[in-house]
Amino acid sequence: MAEETELLEELTQGDYKYGFVTNIEEDSLPPGLNEDVVRLISLKKNEPEWLLQWRLKAFRHWLQMEKPHWQNVTFPEINYQDIIYYSAPKQKVQLNSLDEVDPELLKTFEKLGIPINEQKMLTGVAVDVVFDSISVATTFKEKLNEMGVIFCSMSEAVKNHPDLIKKYLGSVVPFTDNYFAALNSAVFSDGSFVFIPKGVRCPMELSTYFRINAQNSGQFERTLIVAEDDSYVSYLEGCTAPKRDENQLHAAVVELVTLDNAEIKYSTVQNWYPGDKDGKGGIYNFVTKRGNCLGNNSKISWTQVETGSAITWKYPSVVLKGDNSVGEFYSVAVTNNYQQADTGTKMIHVGKNTSSRIVSKGISAGFSQNTYRGQVKVNKRATGARNFSQCDSLLMGDKCGAHTFPYIEVDNPTAQVAHEATTSKIGADQLFYCNQRGISTESAVALIVNGYCKEVLNHLPMEFAVEAQKLLAISLEGSVG
Amino acid sequence: MLEIRNIEAGIEGKQILKGINLAIKAGEVHAIMGPNGSGKSTLASVLAGREEYQVSGGEVSFNGKDLLEMSPEDRAREGVFLAFQYPVEIPGVSTTNFMRTSINEIRKYRGLPDLDSSTFLKLMKEKMAYVEIDQKLLSRSLNEGFSGGEKKRNEIFQMAMLEPKLAILDETDSGLDIDALRIVANGVNRLKNSENAFLIITHYQRLLDYIVPDFVHVLYNGKIVKSGGKELALELEEKGYDWIKNLEPANA
Repeated sequence: MAEETELLEELTQGDYKYGFVTNIEEDSLPPGLNEDVVRLISLKKNEPEWLLQWRLKAFRHWLQMEKPHWQNVTFPEINYQDIIYYSAPKQKVQLNSLDEVDPELLKTFEKLGIPINEQKMLTGVAVDVVFDSISVATTFKEKLNEMGVIFCSMSEAVKNHPDLIKKYLGSVVPFTDNYFAALNSAVFSDGSFVFIPKGVRCPMELSTYFRINAQNSGQFERTLIVAEDDSYVSYLEGCTAPKRDENQLHAAVVELVTLDNAEIKYSTVQNWYPGDKDGKGGIYNFVTKRGNCLGNNSKISWTQVETGSAITWKYPSVVLKGDNSVGEFYSVAVTNNYQQADTGTKMIHVGKNTSSRIVSKGISAGFSQNTYRGQVKVNKRATGARNFSQCDSLLMGDKCGAHTFPYIEVDNPTAQVAHEATTSKIGADQLFYCNQRGISTESAVALIVNGYCKEVLNHLPMEFAVEAQKLLAISLEGSVG
Repeated sequence: MLEIRNIEAGIEGKQILKGINLAIKAGEVHAIMGPNGSGKSTLASVLAGREEYQVSGGEVSFNGKDLLEMSPEDRAREGVFLAFQYPVEIPGVSTTNFMRTSINEIRKYRGLPDLDSSTFLKLMKEKMAYVEIDQKLLSRSLNEGFSGGEKKRNEIFQMAMLEPKLAILDETDSGLDIDALRIVANGVNRLKNSENAFLIITHYQRLLDYIVPDFVHVLYNGKIVKSGGKELALELEEKGYDWIKNLEPANA
């Protein structure tokens, strides 16, 4: 009898298990974290000794750290020993083209609506696909190679460009920075590396699709982008994940460096599984993103559209070291059902005549909590610093919450800092006006929300903006009416 | 086209319309006049399907269909247009974008494909001329920061774009100077044909100098107390609204 029940459970669960999870053989470590695991990750990736030592230092530091509790989010305590820290799709040989990619993998991409081949041909976007922890396909390499642009996985970069990695890895976000940055530094699996040499304007948008696939395997991505003097690059990060019933931790680190007159534009559309209507499941997205405007007249611009994850905790920031450098942050954060987001930015003014601009648009629906947390800091020597912040909240329904925590710290009397904030609701009169023009309530909400977010969406590359608009509509489906 | 039979309606438990009867045929222009609080705007809201208003009795048929059964968007898709007394602001959404969404949703309802960009732009250019509206205004956020006149012109522009069967103008003349009034009226007159009908709700007679109604109805205390031709409007202008207060409801 007991056997029968077990069998029944296995059969019914099996149905779910293979319904949406890609069935690829995985080369995984058992769950748990200790020094041996860190050593094993490094070994599996054939890393040089210095990197192993760096990981170990980060790990030992992490052990000493307290879990952060200051965010305006609540979730059950994470058991870090239950997480698998390394899993890679099994591959016998290094791949040169998509034809060699496991067809199961390609099927998953199809399900997600990411036809890589079409992406390549239609959009002219070079796509570096990160599947779980290992990059399996990198495209447009030749063309970028000609210009001296490096766009590859972090593992490849460690192998082929060790000097650059040694110089810049952890230079913006040291492992001592915070709990999750330390954890990431110890166990990071893979990620992307971009290097734009002096004077080069990268001719195409560089794009990476992240996917979390292996059950229980947290994803610890590491992205590093370096733009040398007088260079420019636009980088797109887009995320999707299949439906999951248990929470998955994602703790990425993104570091950007611009030298004199360089510019990096970093755009994100994040749509990870937010959990179901009752708040069950979903991704924990605890990310550290920071840019360092090292050079004079350099610029770093973050644009993000956040619709996914059960919990989002991230503050893409810019340290404005170079004189006349510019930092920008454009953000749309949508929370629905039981999602929680605590997101914003930090603008640290160090150099002279530095300026920063923050435009944050929060949308809360259902029972969700949406927090903007931002810091503008003007150092003593940052003469002539300017900041403008605009933080708007849009509420849908009366069960959700919007919170704004702007921290402003000014140590230089010449600074000009301006902060504006608004809170609004989608009005019944707005919906009726749309209805009276034949527009359904669902479309009306999408229209009004897109209008509200327009200033941010305008900063996304065209094809990304269209995707983001659709995403906003999908995320808010059924939240009014 | 439109048949209103003994409609009773109110808001927040307060009865405002107390049995309205009105029949409008294609090609006709009807004006509804009356003092403040007589129920003019309530009638417009009930016809358009504003949710806050409850209909407690009577029926409305529109081209043979039960209008009150339909959602506001379906009424619009069937060809009912309301020019709002207070047009609503939608930040970040241009009139152009708004109209495009509107036209395509209406077309979808009628089983037609989306209008392609060039046809849409051509249509816009054509209709812009009706109300002497500027392209720049149409690219701005809908009604945000518009002057009173611009808002009303924009309503008539939208009406021209959608070519409704029945257009209800709710106090479109309020707050307009004489030039804007003339432009708005010209727009309406150009749109008028034997296939469509207009229901013009107004407090003053002056709009009717430009848009000549076939019928004028006087609404008072939730009932139509007098109906007549265009000369009734002039009579009201001359005598004011006081004398109608003693009239018995007209039998429609």
